[in-house]
Formats: sequence, C-alpha cells, structure tokens
Amino acid sequence: MEAGQQILNALSVGGVYALLALGLAIVFSILHLVNFAHGELITLPAYAMYGMYLLGLPWAVFATISILVGVVAALAMERIAFRPVRDASPATLLLTSLGLSIIIQALLQMLISPRERAVPQPEWLLRSFEVAGLRIQVVQLLAIGVTIVSLVVLTMVLQRTRIGLAMRAAAEDFDATRLMGIGANRVVAVAFAISGLLASLAAILLLARRGTVHPSMGLLPVLTAFVATVLGGFGSLAGAAVGGFLLGFAEVALRAWLPQDVAGFTQGLLFAMVGFVLFLRPNGLFGRAEVVRA
Amino acid sequence: MLLAVDGLTVRYGAVEAVRAVTLHVAQGETVAIIGPNGAGKTTFLSAVVGLLRPAAGSVAFDGMDITGMRTESIIRLGIGLVPEHRRLFRNLTVRENLEIAAWGRNGEAADRERLLERFPVLRDRSEQLAGYLSGGEAQQLAVARALVARPRLLLLDEPSLGLAPLIVDEVFALIAELHEQGTTILLVEQNAYKALEVADRAYVMRTGELEGGGPAEALLDEQELLRAYLGGGQL
Repeated sequence: MEAGQQILNALSVGGVYALLALGLAIVFSILHLVNFAHGELITLPAYAMYGMYLLGLPWAVFATISILVGVVAALAMERIAFRPVRDASPATLLLTSLGLSIIIQALLQMLISPRERAVPQPEWLLRSFEVAGLRIQVVQLLAIGVTIVSLVVLTMVLQRTRIGLAMRAAAEDFDATRLMGIGANRVVAVAFAISGLLASLAAILLLARRGTVHPSMGLLPVLTAFVATVLGGFGSLAGAAVGGFLLGFAEVALRAWLPQDVAGFTQGLLFAMVGFVLFLRPNGLFGRAEVVRA
Repeated sequence: MLLAVDGLTVRYGAVEAVRAVTLHVAQGETVAIIGPNGAGKTTFLSAVVGLLRPAAGSVAFDGMDITGMRTESIIRLGIGLVPEHRRLFRNLTVRENLEIAAWGRNGEAADRERLLERFPVLRDRSEQLAGYLSGGEAQQLAVARALVARPRLLLLDEPSLGLAPLIVDEVFALIAELHEQGTTILLVEQNAYKALEVADRAYVMRTGELEGGGPAEALLDEQELLRAYLGGGQL
C-alpha cells in the first residue's frame, strides 16, 4: 500500500505543477513569452483568500472569488505590462515579466507584510479517510479532480471551439492568424485568462496544503512548473501537462526514498535529473525540432 | 482606385527596406511588382496589411486611409493575402485552415463549398494535416484560404516560390482565371516572365525603390531593360 499511497501523493503534487505548467505553456506558445510573473498569479489569488478570510467569509466564497482575482490579474498583466511590448524581442518580454514579478512582490511586502500570514483552512479540507487501505486527504482528492477536469475542459476548448482553433493557429503562426482576420488582442487575452484561471486553481490547492501566504510563495512552484514545461518540450501543451506530473512523481519519490540527511537536496536532484533528460532530448520529451519552412 | 499607396517607406532600424513607394491598383486590374530577391517586395506587402508599421507614407483602400490600422481590421475590410511561403497552419487540418479563414472574416459556409468545388483536392484531403500537403496542394489551400471570404483585393506574395515548374504553370493559370473572373490582384514575383504574362501592368522594384513600370506587354518587349534591373539570371 506504500506505493499506492505515494502514487496518490505524486498525482496530487504533480497535478498542481501540471496546472501551472499548462498556464506557462499556453502563454508561451502564442507570445513566446516566458512569464516569470506567473508566480504572482498564484500569490495574488492566495492573498485575496487571506483578505477574505480576515473578513470572515466562508471558504467556498473566497475560493470562488480568488479564481476571479487570478483571471483579472492575468488580464491586467497582459493589458498593462505585456501589450505595450508585445512586438519587442523575447528578452524584453522576459525582463518585463521579471520586473512585474518584483514589483508585485514588493507591493505585497510593503502593503501587507514581508512575513508569512496564516490562512487557516477549513477542517474538512484536511480531513482524511481510508479507502482500500489508502489514506486519502480531501485536498488530495480535490487536487487530482481539479486537474483532471481542467485538462479535459481545456482540451475540449482547444479542439472544439472557434477560439480554441484560433489559439492553436496562433500558437503555430501568430501573424498568419491575424492575416485570417482573427483579432490578436482577443487570442492573447484568452490565453492569459486561461493561464490566470489555472494558476488560481493551483493557488487554492497550494494554500490548502501550506496554510500560509507569503509574498514570494509563487516562486518555487512556478520554477518547478517552468522546468516541467521545458522537460515536456516548450510550447507543447501535452508536454507541459506530462512534465508537471513527471516532476510530481520524481519529487514524491525522492522525498520518500532519499535518506533523511540529504532530503534537503530534493529540488536540486530533481533539476539535475531534468538536466540529464534534456541532455538526451534537447527539445524536451514532446518537443519538435524547429522545422524550417520550405 | 481600389488600392492607392503613396510614398510608403519602411525602415528596419537604420535600413530603409522600402523607400517612398507610390503605386495604385484599379478595380479589376492585375498588377505585378517584379524584382529580385531582397528588393523589399515582401516588406512592402507586410506594410500594406499592417504587419509592419511604415515610417512614412500612406495606404488607402477603396478611398479609406488604412495606414497604421491593425492587420486583422485591414483584412476584414476585404483584403486577402497569400503570404510568402504560404504559411499554412501545418498542424491544423485542411478543413480547419479554411474554417479559421472563414470565421475571421465572416465568410459564409457557402463560400467554402464554392472553393471546394474549384479545388476538389482540398475536399479529398479535408481531414489531413496541412503540413502533409504537396507543394501544389499547399499553394491551392493558401489561395483558397485567402479567397474564402471573397476579398475585394487579393495580394499574392511569391506564389511560385519553391514549386516545381509544372506546378508553377498551374498557379499562374489559376491567377489568370481569377483575373478573368474580375478579381483585383496585386502580385509580387521574382519570376518576371510568368508575372508579366498574367498581369495588366507591372512595376519593377529594386533595393526598396520602384524603378519604372508600365503595361505588362511593353515590359515584356523591353527585355534589355528588364535584364538590367533584374539581372540576367532572373529571366
């Protein structure tokens, strides 16, 4: 049962990485922007939940509103920070996102606190029950369920809707999509909205696990998610999702089986392993080499 | 004038890729811009449809100033561009390529049907990924994609590039056919002979500037002049 328990853990940890990696990949696929402010799309909804907790609102309400906060924050980022530099070089876009990340973290430090603040989670969320010898926490079940539903819905949107078709086209050739008469702003805004939505879902799940908010709480999860997208092959959505789950599995496996005194190196070992995979497959697991047009 | 370009200049940093180009295309005309590789022809078309911002000059479509307008808005006014290298969505199916073109410009399903009549091979391959089409089929899809919303002006950027000679003949036959049906066409081509055969008028472009032009037939006769502008290899 030990293995089953670990698989359950890995799925719930990996699911959160997959949600974050998908958000990064969907924006990257269209704008070629590695959004380092993606972490703030975790932090801001988490702080929104903290605020609503202070107001004494019930969990279901603040979880729902925090999703809205994540989507609005992502749209605002796009409109205020990224649209003015959309045609600039990838390096400019990257630095813009880094700057944005630093500004938001600094604002949270100044306006709220540089220290961790507790956001007590409802008792039922952390309750666990036993099924077939497995101890399952409600939050784990929630994480796995939310990830699966998100993956299915996102796939349907991309495959079955017009805006999904436009996004797949834009991921391939943004200018050619505009030459079809498709509004660039609309496609980009939808991509950001989806990334904000997925990030705020991840924020709810992460907050349930850690129980506190901190101005830089988004950094490590997004760094891991970024590594997941690279592992999967940047720009490949399927790759991002698979990469997220793989990192979840690797992380849980390392934590479970590494001797206690080297457990602190989990993250480092994880990234070293990814480095080795990239050495063998430089374009990631699902990445394709750039095809030169004939 | 359906298209009137006045003094259009496009810069890449300090380099003027297109310098003060003035030209027009009247309703129903087929006009060619011929010139060697690197003459600025593609840059010119990109600026006309707003993918590049001109440093100076203006573009008017059917009397309306479209300089600096967003590409998607310009396209929706009724301009279809078949870009250089076609730029099909290779990971989308043939049907999806046509669908997205129709959707973006409010094309009717009936238009798609009409095009599939004209290009039956696209119907046969409708569920195939566009990346698997042969050169000739890909060019047909690229043209069909531009025609799907019945554009009032069709811009063709190097439609013969990278195609086998027989397929090139097919492409130019198609251009001639569209011309006969009354489509207004601005054609940019390195293959000067072929372009002059289907065009009413032509401009010669070199190093970013127009260096003459006139009725296509007259230019075909002035081979010495053409050779001087384009280099012998081009003819």
